[in-house]
Formats: sequence, structure tokens, C-alpha cells
Amino acid sequence: MNKNIYSTDDLYRIVVKEDLSPAISKHVIRAPLIANKAKAGHFVILRAREGGERIPVTLVNWDAKKGTITLIIQSLGKSTTEINAMKAGESFMDVAGPLGTPVEIKKYGAVLGVGGGVGIAELYPIARAFKEAGNKIISILGARSKDLLILEDDMRRISDSVIVTTDDGSAGIKGLVTDAMKTLYDKGEKIDAIFSIGPIIMMKFVAETSRPHKTPTFASLNPVMLDGTGMCGGCRVEVGGKPKFACVDGPMFDAHQTNFDLLSKRTAAYREHEKLSLDEYAKTHECKIGLH
Amino acid sequence: MPLENKPKKPTPSIKQNHGPHQAPAARKSNYDEVALGFSLEEAVTEAARCLNCKTRPCEKACPVNIKIPEFVDLVYREDIQGAASKIFETSLFPAICGRVCPQETYCEDACVMKEKFGPVSVGRLERFVADYVRKNNLTTLPECAPSTGFKVACVGSGPTSLAVAAELRKKGHEVAVFEALHEFGGVLSYGIPTFRLPREVVKAEVENLRKMGVKLFKNVLVGKTLTVEELKRDFDAVYIGSGAGLPSPMNCAGEDLVGVYSSNEFLTRINLMQAYKFPAADTPYYIGKKVIVVGGGNTAMDSARCAMRLKPESVTVLYRRTRAEMPARGEEVENAMEEGIRFDFLTAPVELEGDGQGRLKRVKCIRMELGEPDASGRRKPVPMKGSEFYMEADSLVVAIGSSPNPIIQQTTPGLAVNKWNCITADAAGKTSLEGVYAGGDVVRGGATVLLAMKDGKAAAQAMHQYLLSKTKIAR
Repeated sequence: MNKNIYSTDDLYRIVVKEDLSPAISKHVIRAPLIANKAKAGHFVILRAREGGERIPVTLVNWDAKKGTITLIIQSLGKSTTEINAMKAGESFMDVAGPLGTPVEIKKYGAVLGVGGGVGIAELYPIARAFKEAGNKIISILGARSKDLLILEDDMRRISDSVIVTTDDGSAGIKGLVTDAMKTLYDKGEKIDAIFSIGPIIMMKFVAETSRPHKTPTFASLNPVMLDGTGMCGGCRVEVGGKPKFACVDGPMFDAHQTNFDLLSKRTAAYREHEKLSLDEYAKTHECKIGLH
Repeated sequence: MPLENKPKKPTPSIKQNHGPHQAPAARKSNYDEVALGFSLEEAVTEAARCLNCKTRPCEKACPVNIKIPEFVDLVYREDIQGAASKIFETSLFPAICGRVCPQETYCEDACVMKEKFGPVSVGRLERFVADYVRKNNLTTLPECAPSTGFKVACVGSGPTSLAVAAELRKKGHEVAVFEALHEFGGVLSYGIPTFRLPREVVKAEVENLRKMGVKLFKNVLVGKTLTVEELKRDFDAVYIGSGAGLPSPMNCAGEDLVGVYSSNEFLTRINLMQAYKFPAADTPYYIGKKVIVVGGGNTAMDSARCAMRLKPESVTVLYRRTRAEMPARGEEVENAMEEGIRFDFLTAPVELEGDGQGRLKRVKCIRMELGEPDASGRRKPVPMKGSEFYMEADSLVVAIGSSPNPIIQQTTPGLAVNKWNCITADAAGKTSLEGVYAGGDVVRGGATVLLAMKDGKAAAQAMHQYLLSKTKIAR
């Protein structure tokens, strides 16, 4: 028996913690069984402490030898804010994974990766895997502004070309990722497949931009998830008119077949609860990231 | 310290005691246990009713073969620790079984006093014994045989795997249990509500296994984190008890609306994630004012009763047959009715309609009538043409059944399954793969806690024989 992978010593401990921007942190966590199985496109479910929510987070990196996984998390609500306040040396209560179906890595030719906001972190392992499989990688990285742009250097290392777009023009081109896509298409750039990860609205318009060109396009869907093991169906999405469970069938799906409007409505199910939760949390915690 | 004036045994004519209950008005606004336990005096008095039949019909009817006449007699003699040890000889989970076993269909149905005086309340007595030793720190766990050196992996930590783990550990094998979620117990943790089965009871009986040396791993989804093939490599035998965790959808229009839950999701939010404490617990729930639950089984009753405790205006159960055909335990249906839950029998939803913003608003229903008996032997519900009507609803819980989660089946080459994705196994749990056994809902497709435990016990015997045969070859 490979005793090492069954070891529960220091399990779920944060080995390295680094703040990438005021609201985005990187966590390197000890989880040997997960590191041993991880592939590009997998995610994990995190629980910070007793009573905490189960939070799905896509794997950014992993090291089977060291038994660690890397996650990049944006503070959006109470749970993610609380997670990002954790320090190196502290441990998560639970980390389950690797979950989901990994992305099928094959030789397409030229792969366009489109990452928006913290989605860039989730795009990174997928783009890297396609690069290692011999594809040309073009990356479009979108952020609201320069200080929210993450992993630019890492993405440059694995990409043949990188285009940065920001809403305010503080880095790269002022505009949207779809503006950069249109420019590529207009220049006649050969694109054989597109993988997009980011806000729902961004992924929807990436799909609409590529649809007339019939470029195979995939989007990583982020519905409300509970168990992450295919048990509750809360994460059901509609792809090609059929219900799919994002936690086991995805999270990466054919973007041209995805009902993004339904996804958008379903992710809003608990918006009021999320706000209440964060407001209650803010009353007792000093907010360091300007969410209030 | 014997009780004064206790009745002579046997005195069958003493009125059967079903045990005290929380009053409906109070319990429908809390998650505390509905059935309250016997006092020592009540337990001894109930035990005095037992005739101690030589033919032992109760024990023969018990899925896990508890030595009922003996343990009841020990209760009568006020040797509660002795009674617990007697139960532990065949089952390590009396606090769980004493609460969730449908005793009225097993031991209490077989009791010779059933017709004339009412059966001995065996289930209540079992629960009393378990609670008494736990609360008074009198639990003496059975000794484990010296180590055999064999290693066994149990997939899932629900009732069937727990039964396997207990039996094989007692025989001296090293046992590891792998659970996908963050709490142990499977359906006992995520499914059955705390007002039927308090979580400290599940935790205590799982903890007993740990004390006996069973290793428990949480957050391991077999098929993803580890595969059955890897477990076969690292262990001498594998037991798959991964349950029936895939919810069956109704396949009607509007099922994607916000407010529509599978019973698995609704119960997991409330029970496993303790969403009823929101915002003190972080996981939210949404039910609104009018709740509809679809289904007639125990899961539907659990869902409806959980919803009632969240204080909506109304909770209505829609069932397409009549009360007589309901698969739920009679006691649970009565509890639900007492708590103010409405029942619309011979009614089924046909379409769910939204408010234009993606949230459930109303449910189009149709009335049914009972036709010819179907494959289950029950009369088949037939829709009545033109009987459609609408019911307002803010949320709807679909509790019409479940099937096995396919992850293990999809990732285990050579593992035979039937057309419902249930693992094919014989009565001893043997599957198509050598050294791999299975039981409980992953084989049966959706049954009861007690049948799952029964499967576990049978498989443990077969696995023990299998492991011993491996020794012979090795020698």
C-alpha cells in the first residue's frame, strides 16, 4: 500500500498563503489523495470550519510528490471572505476531490483560452495542459482593472500570445474580452477551439462571438453546488436542451449548447441570503477588502 | 438497586407502552426528537410483558438477529449494561436501529402478544438500552479477535458499510471506511432528520467503531479520489455500500425553476448542512410560504416534516395513490398529519410554472383514479381527463425515489450492473469482481436502513470466509 497517500498528517493544512490582489488569495493546501489524481478541469469542495458552507473551487495547480494542491479564491460572500482570511499553518475542516470530469486534452491546433477575473486562475491549468499536448495557445485575459488582473506572468509563460483587456484601460486594451476575440477573427487568426472561464455573462458572449465562426467553444459553468458528488441535483444546468449535473457531467460544457440565461437565474437563487450572511459577518469583522 | 413494586414477569396484560412523544404543537417548531425515550421504570415495566417464548419469533424476524428475549430479560432484571452487551453481540447500532427500524414489520409484528395485548415495544426497549449505556458511560464494546493481517475497505459510511465494518473488525481484520461527504453515516447523516435520529446518536455509534480500531476517512469520493481498482490493490477485500444517492426527477416542465428541490438536496441542506439555523449556519434554504412535497414514502414524510419546521404557511403532500398504498411508515404519516401537513391523495403534478423571473409560482396538477394492479401489486394510478387544476407554490420538493450514483459503476471496469445501474450481487454480496462485495441500496436500488444492515452482515460473513480462503492459498 502506498501509505503516504492515506496519511492524514497535516491534512488540509495551508502550506503557503499569498494575496494576489486585495480580494483574491492563493492557497497551497496539503491534500495528497487529491494531488495524486488531479487533472485540468477538476475542482474540489472546501469547508473552512464546522458549520461552514461547502464551496466548490477549481484546481489551479497540484504537486503529487509534495501532496499539495493550489487554489485561487476571490472573496465574494461570507464563506470566501472567511476562507481568504485564513493564514498559512491553519487548516481547512474539509477538502473533497478531485471532483467533476476533467477537460479532454487533445491536439486541436490553436486553442484560444478566455479568462475573466478569477477565471484566469481556472483557465491556467487547462491552457497549460493544451500547451503540453502540442497546441498553440492564444490567451485573452480580462479584468475590471489592472490591480484585479492575476496570473499574467504564468499565463504568458504557457501561451504563444497573450492579450489583456481591462474595463478601464488600466492594463492592456480598454474593452471586453469579446472585443479582443473579434479582432482575432477579423485578422483571420486560426482558432480551432475556445475554452472560456469567467462570469456567466462573459461566457455567454464568448459563445455568441464564436458561434458564427462555428469554432468549438466550451465554458466552465458555476451553478450553486451543494455536495458536488452528483447527489442533490442542485447544480443542474441545461445543455443541448437536456438537464446535466455540473458537478459530475461538467463543469466544462459545450458553450453553444448551454442555456446561460437559466444558469444566471439559478445562480441568483440565494442572492438575498448571501447578502444577509455577508452583512452579519461584516458586523463582527473588520472588512479589509472594501466590500462594504 | 432494584425498582420497588415492579410487576412480575411475565405480565402480558400490562398495556403496551409506545413511549412518550413531544406534543405536535411544540414539535412542529423544533428539530428535537419527536419520540422521547423510556425511563428506567417504564423500560422495566414494558420488559415485564415479555413471555420469553422458546420459539423466539421476534429474534427470527429481526433483520440483524438481535437476541431479543435475552436482552429484554436483562432489562427486566435492570442489568442494562448486560442488555447492551447482549445486543452488541449481533448489532453495534442499537441507538440507530431502535429509532429508525420499522419494528412493526419485524419483531413487533412477530410477537405472539400482538393480537391479544399488543406486542412488546422491542424498538423502544432497544433504544432505551442504547441511550442508557451511552448517557451513563457504561458502554462496553465487544472484544476484537487478534489481528488477521487482512485489510478491508468499505466504500460509503451508511448503515450497510457500518455493519460490514463492525462485523469484520470484530473478526480481527483491519477495516478502513471511505465516506464522500464530511460527516459519517451516509443517509443517517444527510437524509434522516434529527427529529427522528439525533446526530449525536449517529456520531456516538460511529465513534464506537473508531474505538474498536476501524479507520474512518471522510471526503473520499470513491471513483474520483480513489478508484475501486486502487482499493483492490491496497486492500484484501472491498465492500461497496455507496447507497442510492441519485435523485429521480419528475421529468415535467419547469423542474429547473428556483424553489424546486430534489429531496436529496432539500434534506441535505437541512440535515447535513443545518440550513435551518441560517444565518448561524452558512448554508441557506428557500421555501417561501407555500410548500408542496411530491411522493408517498418516508423521504417525502421527512421532507414535509422538515419543511413544516421552517414555519411556512402550509405544507402539502401530493401523492398519486391513496393513503393505503403509501410506502411510508404508518407512524411517520400519522406524525406528519398531527403536525398539520395537508395531504392531497390521488393527485400528481404535471407542470411547474414560474413567475417570469425563474422562480416557482404555481403547479398544474391532475387528479388520478386507481386502475388495475401494476407490477408492484398496487393499483395503478390513472390520470382523470379534464381534472387539471392549479396550486400556488413557492417551493416544491421532489421525493419520488432515487437510484445509485453511477460514479463507481462508471469507473470500475468489469463490475456488473443491471439496467437501473444497481450493482449485481448475490445474497452474500458477491459481485462480478473477485474480492469485491456490495450491498444495501447500491444493490437494492432504494430500500431501508435495516435491509442495508442485513446485507452488510451477510456480506461480512462471506468476506470473512473469502479472506480465510486466501490464507489457505498463501500458506
